[in-house]
Amino acid sequence: MRTTSLLFLCVTGVACAQNPAPTPAAAPAQATTASASKSTSSSSQDSAGKPGLGALSVPFANPFPSTYVPFPSRTTLIRNATIMTAAGPTMQNASILLRDGKIISVGTSVTAPADAVVIDGTGKYVTPGIIDVHSHLGVYAAPGGEGLNDGNEATNPNTANVWAEHSVWPQDPQFPRILAGGVTTVQILPGSANLFGGRSAILKIVPSRTVQGMKFPGAKYGLKMACGENPKRVYAGRGPSTRMGNVAGYRAAYIQAAEYRRKWDEWNANHKGAPPNRDLALETLAEVLRGDILPQMHCYRADEMAQMLDVAKEFGFKIRAFHHAVEAYKIADLLRENGTAAAMWADWGGFKEEAMDGIQANIALVDAAGARAMIHSDDPSGSQRLNQEVAKAMYAGRAAGINVSEDEAVKWMTINPAWALDLDSKIGSLEAGKDADVVLWSGDPFSIYSKAEKVWIDGAMMFDRDDPAQNWRTDFDLGFVKGGSR
Amino acid sequence: MNKHLLFCAACATLVTGAAAQAQTVAITGGTVYPVTGAPIQNGTVLIRDGKIVAVGANVSVPSDAQRIDATGKIVTPGFIDANTQLGLVEIDAEGATRDLNARGTDGIAASFRSWDGLNSESVMWAPARNGGVTSVVVAPNGGLIGGQASVVDLVDGSSSQMIRRAPVAMVAQVNDPRGAGTGARGELIGKLRTLLEDVKFYQAHRSDYDRAASRSLSAPRGDLEAMIPVVEGKLPLAIDADRVDDIEGALRLAKEYNLKIMIVGGAEAWLAANDLAAAHVPVIAGAMNNIPTSFQTLNQRQENVGILSKAGVPVAIIGNNGDGDEESFNVRNVRYEAGNAVAYGMSHDAALRAVTLTPAELFGVADHVGSLQVGRDANVVVWSGDPFEFSTRVEHVFIHGKESMSPSRQDMLTKRYMTLPPKYETKP
Repeated sequence: MRTTSLLFLCVTGVACAQNPAPTPAAAPAQATTASASKSTSSSSQDSAGKPGLGALSVPFANPFPSTYVPFPSRTTLIRNATIMTAAGPTMQNASILLRDGKIISVGTSVTAPADAVVIDGTGKYVTPGIIDVHSHLGVYAAPGGEGLNDGNEATNPNTANVWAEHSVWPQDPQFPRILAGGVTTVQILPGSANLFGGRSAILKIVPSRTVQGMKFPGAKYGLKMACGENPKRVYAGRGPSTRMGNVAGYRAAYIQAAEYRRKWDEWNANHKGAPPNRDLALETLAEVLRGDILPQMHCYRADEMAQMLDVAKEFGFKIRAFHHAVEAYKIADLLRENGTAAAMWADWGGFKEEAMDGIQANIALVDAAGARAMIHSDDPSGSQRLNQEVAKAMYAGRAAGINVSEDEAVKWMTINPAWALDLDSKIGSLEAGKDADVVLWSGDPFSIYSKAEKVWIDGAMMFDRDDPAQNWRTDFDLGFVKGGSR
Repeated sequence: MNKHLLFCAACATLVTGAAAQAQTVAITGGTVYPVTGAPIQNGTVLIRDGKIVAVGANVSVPSDAQRIDATGKIVTPGFIDANTQLGLVEIDAEGATRDLNARGTDGIAASFRSWDGLNSESVMWAPARNGGVTSVVVAPNGGLIGGQASVVDLVDGSSSQMIRRAPVAMVAQVNDPRGAGTGARGELIGKLRTLLEDVKFYQAHRSDYDRAASRSLSAPRGDLEAMIPVVEGKLPLAIDADRVDDIEGALRLAKEYNLKIMIVGGAEAWLAANDLAAAHVPVIAGAMNNIPTSFQTLNQRQENVGILSKAGVPVAIIGNNGDGDEESFNVRNVRYEAGNAVAYGMSHDAALRAVTLTPAELFGVADHVGSLQVGRDANVVVWSGDPFEFSTRVEHVFIHGKESMSPSRQDMLTKRYMTLPPKYETKP
């Protein structure tokens, strides 16, 4: 009996799964090809040190560098636990040692150094920190409202020039809540109103005054792209108003980007004459063509995904992952062949025509076909319970006759999303040398009664259910929310 | 081992379904949760002619009965989701498939009988049914007075066969003044008060009204008529209210006008638990909301329903945190909502009651559904284990005594794409 309409919620509050309301047709077209200021490109002092992140073609390559430093940590040993490593079979009665922000060892014969804090994991489970590759935290921050409606720059079908990090509010009270659900890394994406929504931000879930203080050091940017109903609905009055219009829009933009890339590559090689004009949108698209920015594409329907794989081939780039891939199960073989992952819900569907064919066995079918499958939330509530979402998807797969193991299912929320962010060498599994992003669960994470008890990020205990007084409250939580975060 | 279990279970249903209705069915050996009493180990539920005719540990099974072996399994009443849009919305984004929101007159649509648009052929019914849900409240929304709700049984039949009781509630909201055609909370309550006064005036001056000799009233005749059972305290006013002050305001209004009300949503209801209990006002709420999604839900928390239940407030658990999804496509997930309620402090017994007998009581159908008692409709579910756990499968769903699991559209798609490329139906 809720009275708020879905369409309204989508714009002001939540997800890009749903349909953003149309903007007035009269919305001014922002020229994404407008030349940037000369002063920017001529200021060749790179305060970030070396170029390389996201904008290799310009001198000032990393203008908003990460300032994240891990929180203070203690050498920690969790012992006698059931450990799901996402890198091999589950270990019973096993231990994991965390020191200096890294995983030192995992196994049944790990001994505790004298200075280690020892946590008894009897009856409990340990998994890698959960990674949510599709979140709008911070850009659609709670408590919502127009003032915090920062997720969709719905003023032009191509806003590859915007960066989600410039909308992220670090005091969004949703951050500590997903941390309490075991999430340690998120990809914050712009919404899906546009063909090109803008750059994503990869964040560690830690308290910080600035978004720079949350940014995952060294993470590549993603580029949000969107298929189907949302762009054509939003831009119905001015175009694109059809799926064929959408595809023409992607192709036109990449034609420009290829030319832009060529000019900059040439100038970078010989530094002859004045540098080409900078264009923030084309700069991002050129980095996609160079493979330095990972396209993350909202796409529901199988036929559209197949076409986007061809568009990517036409311009020589790879789509890293399709998100909201409700029909991925219909083309799981194509996804496997193309090396493109699918990020999916456990059981959402039906809310618009391109979501009609959602099935609960989607993730299991994609996984069984050998493509890279993962859960994602697109929702601040679901993001708190990705273990529950994976449980639903795993058991739905089994009910359909697919033999999904727990060891495989745990990858759907850990190492597979880590791959989608090209961070699988750092996070996503419990292996020596990796970042100590770890969750201790009160029981089997695929039971509805289990909760994340303790969560470590880079070895620092960032959440402890047994010590609520010490748990992170955002500035917003203070005073507005009785007792702070919950 | 579980290969094609879902499909095979469905196939068996298709073959035997028609015959099962006339048969006597004995569900034996399971742990039976009647909800009205303690669980019965190794219990039997005997079904005949669509009704429950015996429940207990020592039930003699007629020799001609079809036996369902529920050894090691759990037997409960069919679940009831007290807040859905099933049959009123097919594809949310496609306006032509939405019959949820009446246009009304200045925010008032009391005469909107939402079940008159119920779509018995919706593809949303089967997934809910296969998930152990056998009855739902179908409720409209919008404006100040959204319209009238009904209780629907998920029988595979016509809308006339499905509609169990209607109306069961009048839907209203105090959350959103602008949505009600007003500019402030106090104005919204004032508008509601004016409506209630006008209904009483209309009731007392009907003949004047018919002669056009009445003063002007704030709603058309049909809406005034529809509101009469509400002002008489016979039809519950189901009020969407989240902020604790809005809930308190609803309680004051109910007391002043002797209304029978229920609070729906109730994000901050736990802050008014004692007042709600004292007023015997029930709350219909989810158990997975803990985000301050707006300034009227700042203090919502997952412990909400557990706290209310412990305080003596009648509670029905619903799914309501999926932006409409939980009310249609995922009504089947109401059991997980109950499981989360248990994880956050509600007793298992209370949570089971909150998805069975309590909603049946609140909406006036407890004589028919919501418990396993002699004489009740045989809406019975056999679960492979704890109904709230992810690992538990639904094994049998009886509605009016008939095995009612059947392949949903989702099942058909799953089957078609089990191997790629799919085999489409073509002539050889």
